[in-house]
This record gives sequence, structure tokens and C-alpha cells, in this order.
Amino acid sequence: MHYLVMEEWARRDSPLHRRDARVKMILLLVFLVWIGTARPAQPEAYAAYASILLVAALASRLPLLSLLWRAALVLPFAATFALLSWMAGDAERAASLVLKSSFSAFAVLLVVATTPMPALLAAVESLAAPKMLVMVVQFLYRYLFVLSEKAQHMWMAAQCRGGIRRASAGGAIAVLFASSHARAEGIHRAMLARGFAGHMPLIRPSSLHWLDISFLATGILVLSLGRWLWIL
Amino acid sequence: MDPLIRVSGLRFRYPDGTEALKGVDFELFPGETVILLGANGSGKTTFALHLNGLLEGEGQIRVCGLPMDKISLPEIRRRVGMVFQDADEQLFMPTVMEDVTYGPLNLGVEPAEAMRLAREALEQTGMSAAHAKAPYHLSAGEKRRVAIAGVLAMRPDILILDEPTTSLDPPGQRDLVDLLTALPQSKIVTTHDIAFARAIGTRAVFFEKGSIAALGTVGDIASRFGWEPLPRG
Repeated sequence: MHYLVMEEWARRDSPLHRRDARVKMILLLVFLVWIGTARPAQPEAYAAYASILLVAALASRLPLLSLLWRAALVLPFAATFALLSWMAGDAERAASLVLKSSFSAFAVLLVVATTPMPALLAAVESLAAPKMLVMVVQFLYRYLFVLSEKAQHMWMAAQCRGGIRRASAGGAIAVLFASSHARAEGIHRAMLARGFAGHMPLIRPSSLHWLDISFLATGILVLSLGRWLWIL
Repeated sequence: MDPLIRVSGLRFRYPDGTEALKGVDFELFPGETVILLGANGSGKTTFALHLNGLLEGEGQIRVCGLPMDKISLPEIRRRVGMVFQDADEQLFMPTVMEDVTYGPLNLGVEPAEAMRLAREALEQTGMSAAHAKAPYHLSAGEKRRVAIAGVLAMRPDILILDEPTTSLDPPGQRDLVDLLTALPQSKIVTTHDIAFARAIGTRAVFFEKGSIAALGTVGDIASRFGWEPLPRG
């Protein structure tokens, strides 16, 4: 059975885990917009944003180093563009590119790692995201496991018979696509059998607790303060 | 007594030209558990898919007195609960609870009532503790139980189970027999497992090349067509 670290993290308990997914999504959006529009030459602002992220990470009780390691996945992409800026003689912009992308990735990671996927998707839908998009993401997430398992089985079967040769890799991928298509047809049939009529019914997210509203207000206040002190 | 399902002269041909059903006549009465036996490709699953309106062939199908047409289809799908062979295809929602509420919500049931029905169905199948789990974290037996719960939450009159023992270990099969015999609904079950069929079936029909070749008890059919399990030792 597949074991997904992020999913295990999302099912843990902490003050951040207990906050409503919609509140976390709104704060994330505010954070992303503000860090995205921060000026390059303001190290104090970046220090403030880093502190906010650090406090949030500590509140989540998740392993900080593992979080950092996963957030660092964006670095190769960010570093490519940063390198171009640096070569053009704009070292400040290069540094801010790396910081902005790392902080953004860390913030997104923190929200995803403290919110179970169903709650996250329900929150995205309640924030007026297109239903079809939510449905596609939901199916993608659900069947990623099934598909990866199928790919793993095919890989093991190939290993038992001497491994995958370059010439046969294309055929194996084609088989995987074909079986995915067959799987999709099966799922559609199962949906129809239980009354699917074109849209996915979701259990509505729970109503907001006063703690969530306080968290939202405090979060926006702290982020606004940071913005007002260093950016304006 | 009126049959719950009456099928007359059902014919079906797949787009590739394969004639899968060649004029099938069938009746299911209240309280029965009918086992559909037959070789792979004999038409059992194709036939079962017609009973939920998932395939549309020539001939007549009436379910609980309703004709199989576009107007009656939503009600027929409520009354005929279909449990598929591959539970992974049936459990497509992110959590067990969401999957079991999927059917009732589609029927227009209010979320609170859908949750109540789902809790009841999970209780009935012994899966209450798994309500918050993701379906892919369940064992094959648990998935099968949740798939059955997803159908039971729609309060069906008839259950159709396609190869329900697939990938179940012997304890899982015994649990499934206990569960199915405790459920009051009439059932149609396709299987190759004669021991399982004997344990739950009240009668059997044998499919051969798209037609019903014989009707009788599971034992009679198994011995007549050489479907007895292999001798021990």
C-alpha cells in the first residue's frame, strides 16, 4: 500500500490543523499576493515573512526540516530565473526571486500539509472555484494512487522478465494509458449506477467557529502590519 | 407473486459486433438470491449491467413494475443497487463517508439525512470506524464492504453484485457471506466461486454464449456443467 507523507501530516492534530480550510486558503491567498508584490530591496520585509512562516510551521507541529526540504523543490526552477537576473546585473532581484518562490512554496505546503484533501477541495469550491475544476482535481488525486500502483506492478512484472528495454518503454506507457481509459469508463459506469447527473455532490464544509474568525482576523492584521511597516 | 425484475427477449451486441446476449428471459422474485454462473465472456456481467440501465439492448426489462426507459431510470437506479467487481472503480470519492453519501445526495436527499443514511449503511456493513479514511487505505475486504454500504445507503430493493469475492481472502469471503445473508434485499450475484454460490444462492442460472442454458439449484447446475470445485488432496 502506498504511504503518502503529506496525507499523514494532514491528518495530524495541531492548532493549525484545527483551523477551517477556507480561512487557511484566504490567508494563503493574502500571503501569496503580498509576497508576490513585495519590492526586491527590502530584507526586513522578507525577514518578517520568514518569521510568520516559521511561527506557522511551529504551530503546525510538523517536522520543519522535512517541510523545508519539500519546499526546496521549487529552487531549481527559481534559481534558473534568478541566475538570468544576476547575469543581467540585478543581484537584488535574483535574491528576491529565490526568496519569493521559496516562501510561496513553503506557505502552500504548510496549508496542504495541515488540511485533509477533501476539506481543501470543499474549501476551494466554496471560494467560488469552478465545480468542474474541483471535480477534475479530486479525481486526479484519487486515481493517482491507483495509476501509480498499476505502473509499479507493470514495472515489477517487467523486472521479473529482465527489465524494461528502451524500445519497449513506449509500449508500456501506451498500455498504461489504455488501462487508464478503461478504468475511467468503469468509474463513469459506477457513477451512473449511483445516480450521477453531471455534477458531484459534496458534503458542505462545516460552519465557521469563532476561533477560525479570530484566526483569520489576526492573520490578516499581522500580514497587513508587515506590509505597512516595510512595503509602503 | 409479481417478480421484482422481469426480462424478456433481451439481446445486446457490442459496438465491435460481438453478440453478447441472444434473447435472455429472466425473473427475480422477492427474497431470492439468484446466482449467475457461466464461463468468462458468457454474458453474465453484460446482463447484470442492463438491469441498472447501464447498457441498453433490445427486448423488455421491467424493474419493480417500472419499464426501463429514460423517465423511470433514476428510480430504477435507486431501487437496483449495483456493486461492481472492481471496488476501486466504485469508490471514487476522497473519503469513505463522502463515497457512501454520494448516492443519496444524487437522489436529492439533504446532506444531514444523507449522512444519517451513510452512517446506518456503514454500521450495517461493519465499517463505521472507517468513515474518515481514504478508500485506497482500505483492504480488499473493507473496500467491498464500503462499496456495498454505498449502495445500501440508497435503500435499494434489489442488490446486484458482480464477482464480489474477487481478491478476497477466505476470512473476507466468510464475512461477505455473513453480510449478504443478513441483508433482506433480493440479490443477483455473478460469480465463479461455487462454494460462495452455494452459501448464499437460492437458485442459479447458467449462461452460455449469451443465452441462459439452464436454471436450477447451485448444486444441480454445478454438477451438470462440471463446475464442482477441485477435489482435495
